[in-house]
Amino acid sequence: MDFDDTPEEAEFRAEVRAWLAKHVEPRPRTQSPEEKVARAKRLLAAKAAAGYAAITWPKALGGLGGTEIQSLIFLQEESRFDVETLHGSDFFSVGLQLCAGTLLKCATPEQIQRFIPPLLRGEEVWCQLFSEPSGGSDLAAVRTRAVRDGEDWLITGQKVWTTGGHFSDFGLALTRTDPTRPKHQGLTMFAVDMRSAGVQVLPIRQMSGECEFNQVFLDGVRVPDSHRIGSVNGGWKVALTTLGQERSTAASLAFVEWQELLKVARQASMHGRPAIEDGRIRERVAECWLNTFGMRLMSYRSQTALGRGQVPGPEESMAKLIIAQQGQRSAVTAMDMLGAHGSLTAQELGDRWKSIERAWFWAPAFRIAGGTDEILRSIIAERVLRLPSDIRVDRDVPFNGSGNAKSSP
Amino acid sequence: MNFDFSPEQEQFRDQVRRFLEESDGLSEGRSILNEKTRDFSASIWEGLAELGVQAAAIPEAHAGLGLGMLELCVAAHEIGRVLAPVPFLSSIGVCAEAIRRFGSAEQKSKWLPGLANGSIIGTWGFAEDDRGGPMQPSRLSAGKLVGAKEPVLDGMVARVMIVVAATPQNTPVLMLCGLEQAAVTRQPVKTVDPTRPAARIQFNAADAQPLPGGDADAWRKLLDQAAVLLAFEQLGAAESALAMACDYAHDRVAFGRKIGSFQAVKHRLADMYAKIELARCHCYYGAWAISTDAPEAPLAAAGARCSATDAFEFAAQESIQLHGGIGVTWESKCHQFYRRSRLSALILGSRFEWQDRLVDELEGQLQRSEL
Repeated sequence: MDFDDTPEEAEFRAEVRAWLAKHVEPRPRTQSPEEKVARAKRLLAAKAAAGYAAITWPKALGGLGGTEIQSLIFLQEESRFDVETLHGSDFFSVGLQLCAGTLLKCATPEQIQRFIPPLLRGEEVWCQLFSEPSGGSDLAAVRTRAVRDGEDWLITGQKVWTTGGHFSDFGLALTRTDPTRPKHQGLTMFAVDMRSAGVQVLPIRQMSGECEFNQVFLDGVRVPDSHRIGSVNGGWKVALTTLGQERSTAASLAFVEWQELLKVARQASMHGRPAIEDGRIRERVAECWLNTFGMRLMSYRSQTALGRGQVPGPEESMAKLIIAQQGQRSAVTAMDMLGAHGSLTAQELGDRWKSIERAWFWAPAFRIAGGTDEILRSIIAERVLRLPSDIRVDRDVPFNGSGNAKSSP
Repeated sequence: MNFDFSPEQEQFRDQVRRFLEESDGLSEGRSILNEKTRDFSASIWEGLAELGVQAAAIPEAHAGLGLGMLELCVAAHEIGRVLAPVPFLSSIGVCAEAIRRFGSAEQKSKWLPGLANGSIIGTWGFAEDDRGGPMQPSRLSAGKLVGAKEPVLDGMVARVMIVVAATPQNTPVLMLCGLEQAAVTRQPVKTVDPTRPAARIQFNAADAQPLPGGDADAWRKLLDQAAVLLAFEQLGAAESALAMACDYAHDRVAFGRKIGSFQAVKHRLADMYAKIELARCHCYYGAWAISTDAPEAPLAAAGARCSATDAFEFAAQESIQLHGGIGVTWESKCHQFYRRSRLSALILGSRFEWQDRLVDELEGQLQRSEL
């Protein structure tokens, strides 16, 4: 057992660290949202030129022909720099990881030629048009319709929780093409040009007051058949490919680091003594470390598997399950230690309180996004522990005859 | 980065695992539970000795295999998986390791070969009776050991014991005490897990020798090491409890469905799994820290102990719950896990103590980082 890089890994790490030091621009003091996107795009273009935009891809596609472990090393090193991120992940991870990964596996050679190079260089940004207001965790229940119109398709419906939708050029859209088939069998995937007539992107204001997601309205949007990804009514398979690309990044999302919670516990006073002397507080600090550092250790296990050319298992579903709930508990504990003052915002309590406040506002969203706590438990139970699946009453009946479609407005 | 055991260590694991499956450790524990006449399974203990489990970390010069802590962790993991009723933690995890690390050349030659081949069983004692009345800590008086220890795991079958005692200057010292002498009296005390029995041992001016390196710091290190080994036992046992509950959820039908298809059931099992995986990470970290004598060892040991205790107790408790009524019968295997989980949670000091140690270490780490 050791935590050291192999000589080759160390060399690669030094190489990318030097590269990043040279290419990451200093962040300006004030930045408009547009400037953030522009700064992120410039870095991606530089990465694409050096092969770092898609390290594991073959060189012919603009990658580096590297290994998963090199990709991880790059991410680790990049996180040391002040780069733009989106929801704690790589700024373009939706396009680079989810959409591009799907295109490479499911698109035609012509489509790959058309879409991949500009995506890699940051010239065309992609988003994911999967979730819908009525579907919740049941992705296969999408109701956005795509109807054939000569050589084209007309898409009408509503998508929601679209990360980066307001600055995207293309969206990977899951639509329903045949409502008379069972729900998984009547779906088709399209690449939708977000600048087309009929596409409207509106921000969603979250409970924190921030606007980080969008809803996307599609009203008779014309999409050429050449932008269909995969076969007609074969969209579920494409969607599963997309979901399969998701790698847990939760280990980097330890909302509240244990050091932060411990600092509050040392400064705050309970019954005239430092809060950290209280057994209840000690128990919560210990729990925070066990869970956050434990997830770091879990990422070391994944890294070990990657280094051996193995694929980390679905066990990674667990990281988000643990981290999101821990973030919520840590934030509440920190606020509790301040007593009545805990009810004040970071505007009153100062910058040190920003991360606590953010964790408190964001943890509920993270317990839902990318698979709710409940969905993750079902995934662990069914895929890892091999327990029998839930009874799904709408699986083998026509979509338009199932409760799903009837409940729609 | 190699946060895993080596292929050789995995091979060693396979051998131990195969033997323990063939010898059906869980049924041996059941027999001991039913008979109430034996303190441990001699056949499993001898079989483990043939595989070199007891000898693994003992130097070749003293009839050992000269391997190390990581091999002991692997063995503990497998022993825990079948709740094998053997004095591994007492004899090897604490007693032999104390002599190996802190004993004199003479002490090593005298005891290690017997401990290595399993013919001698050793144990340790630090807990004392503080249920009321003035504390009578074991102490040195004119070079002799006086006082009592309780509970001493495997105390009725051990021939040698590491005693945490106080010097006249009131500093802790590790004493090596042969138990076969008239000045030592012992009587069995019942534990919640009869497959891991204990004794009360009384020292009436008994002969004992200090371990030359056996100061307070040595005791801390031994305790950390024992905590990691026991955490591996807890991890293995928790995995078995989960597997048993999953099997049952797969077979049992209620309301016309396999109960494992109900979310109330499967989500509980997923929570068990999550706690076990978290514990696995902390156990591995503990194994790394102890085997390399890293400065993080006290923190890592406390992390392994707390997370493995959480995982095993949760798995043992919820496994009964998922079995329903059958889970609380004497015939069910569930209570073997339930009993062991509680004993393991206590025998090296409770979670409260270890959690305090853990936070002490975190405070130290934070202070150092602020300098």
